[in-house]
Amino acid sequence: MANDLAVITPYAASLGIAVHGDEDGIPILHVGGEEITEGRPGFYHGGAISGLLETAGYAALRVALDAEGRKVQIKPINMTVQFLAPAKAAPLYAKARITKLGRRNANIAVECWQDDRERPRATAIMNVLLAESAG
Amino acid sequence: MATGFDPEKAAAFVLRHGHSGWLDMQFRGIGDDWAELELPWREDLVGEPDRHVLASGPIISLMDMASGLAIWTRMKRFQAIATLDLRVDYQRPARERHHVIGRAECYRLTRSAAFVRGVAHDGDPEDPVAHIAAVFMSLPGRASRDGQ
Repeated sequence: MANDLAVITPYAASLGIAVHGDEDGIPILHVGGEEITEGRPGFYHGGAISGLLETAGYAALRVALDAEGRKVQIKPINMTVQFLAPAKAAPLYAKARITKLGRRNANIAVECWQDDRERPRATAIMNVLLAESAG
Repeated sequence: MATGFDPEKAAAFVLRHGHSGWLDMQFRGIGDDWAELELPWREDLVGEPDRHVLASGPIISLMDMASGLAIWTRMKRFQAIATLDLRVDYQRPARERHHVIGRAECYRLTRSAAFVRGVAHDGDPEDPVAHIAAVFMSLPGRASRDGQ
């Protein structure tokens, strides 16, 4: 099991992203909605939303890789973010699902939500390359 | 509303506030349908604890912002827009302790949608860190003069 610190990068910590809890071992992350995440007044910046989604994607992947005892380097290939509705300046939560975990690559789907989990604010699809470490 | 739009003033305004202000994005240049911004390197924005490379989150923020400016420049006015979809294709990691430059071009504008493509690079536009493609929607009735 990945510890809380391992899944939060310096960038994520600096943006205020933290582990909120977990479901079935998959971390749920959140960010507070302070001024540093603001785009249009009163709402999140798309970049801050993407940062949360991406961090949640890597967090879930780390947990899945650790569960298999794999030591691999994660290299991003691409990420597509769909912005479904504006996210207001309030806590925003995100959780990922590993759609595919292969030897060389993984596909991850991520969702973020606020009050109503059935109405996500944004979703993302990520493809990552898994490079087996030499050591 | 359509008169007197100054992209540089608009950029100065939006880059000073909120998320863009926190990232310290800098204005570099603007043309008929493009805008270029710079993201200075910063220790607390790294994506991996053991490598001094900017995380991709701030790069997405940079490209989203450059896209917005490119669209307003092409529209010749400041109008509330919302990102519908943004795709980033990572080509290689940015160089250690290096700033990243983001250039976005609005290559098509319709009444309700704006299509953008762009590159993020760390010095050589021919050797990009990432390519992006994005679609924005204009929000009717939310035209704003904030940027003027």
